Amino acid sequence: MSDVSLVVNGRKVSGTVEDRTLLVHFLRENLELTGTHVGCDTSQCGACVVHVDGKAVKSCTMLAVQASGSEVTTIEGLANGADLHPVQVAFKENHGLQCGFCTPGMIMTTVDMITRHPEGLDETTVRHELEGNICRCTGYHNIVKSVLAASKTMAKGSKGKAKKAA
Amino acid sequence: MYSVTYHRASSVADAVKLVKKGEDAKFLSGGMTLLPAMKTRLAAPSDLVDLCHIADMKGIKVSGKNVTIGAGTTHGEVASNEKLKAVCAAFSDLAAHIGDPAVRHKGTIGGSIANNDPAADYPAALIALDATVVTNKREIAAAKFFTGLFETALKDDEIVTAVKFTAPAKAGYEKFRNPASRYAMTGVFVAKGKDDVRVAVTGAGEDGVFRSKEIEAALSKKFDASALEGVTVPAKNLMADIHASSDYRAALVVVMAKRAVAKANG
Repeated sequence: MSDVSLVVNGRKVSGTVEDRTLLVHFLRENLELTGTHVGCDTSQCGACVVHVDGKAVKSCTMLAVQASGSEVTTIEGLANGADLHPVQVAFKENHGLQCGFCTPGMIMTTVDMITRHPEGLDETTVRHELEGNICRCTGYHNIVKSVLAASKTMAKGSKGKAKKAA
Repeated sequence: MYSVTYHRASSVADAVKLVKKGEDAKFLSGGMTLLPAMKTRLAAPSDLVDLCHIADMKGIKVSGKNVTIGAGTTHGEVASNEKLKAVCAAFSDLAAHIGDPAVRHKGTIGGSIANNDPAADYPAALIALDATVVTNKREIAAAKFFTGLFETALKDDEIVTAVKFTAPAKAGYEKFRNPASRYAMTGVFVAKGKDDVRVAVTGAGEDGVFRSKEIEAALSKKFDASALEGVTVPAKNLMADIHASSDYRAALVVVMAKRAVAKANG
């Protein structure tokens, strides 16, 4: 057993877990943050994607003890109260989900993708970047649309902020 | 996953000390292969010694044409490092196509080469670039490092700490992906150095990565895809499985080599 302490969605949390406990299970079972899903359990589907120290990772392929000391953001940490994150809004508006099981992972991957591509995104890049996230409902078309839409609104948002700052 | 005891190493010396404590301890880097193997109980080490917090093993240094990449550097960092891209874009391009973004954020170059998956991408680059693998004990030429399927020259308490190579004049990598796993079913790295052309193939060899003499001979005459028209490579010693016969892989070697050269020539 090991003690783990980390910051999840801005809140300090700790627990004592078996060393073999996966981060996703720590989040879901110890912290009851069940928005992060376990889809395949073989590191392929991406339903479990969360951000660890600002980077998208598959929480089913990381031990909770490995993450100790890190800052973790899950799907529950994106919205600001009732205000959805721009990526969440884009998925809602563009019908980027059907059953919704893959959506938390899709959205966490998308936020990471947009952050890494401040220059903007095109469809080819989005499809390449979504390689690690599987959706069995949508055929990806509306997910790609959602990502592109979110990328545009977030670029506008950051330009707005820059103007204000100037 | 079976029960395991986790240790976090703060330095290479600390990692060596920790790995000796466990009955069947293993080093853990990004864990992109080891953890899935443990989850399916294909691997069951008694202890894991986490190398990801060793600062000395991280980062990319480029000095002129000389490149040193710390073993703990992630694929994502290799893919996006501007200095590396400037001297050897093919190496960054290779890293940008390993797994998916989440895998690239965790997986490391040291972990990948120490694992020596026969379908991994880095071994082809290291062989074609005549790279040197640096460990806590010695320096090993890449040609002597990769010794077979999932086999390397590493001893039990030996840790890959860095990879070094000299950027070639031209280089390119292309792979044909398995449609399901997305691993290289055949991947070819071509490198044109000052005096020679080196070509290494991954994903196809029964014993893992190898150099293709046939492709090297043709490209040494003319470093252009047209030089590979009509060139064949023997199917002997190539893998055959439900995804591709050895003949099919032999054909893929030539096709991927053509595409890799075209990329290298920009």
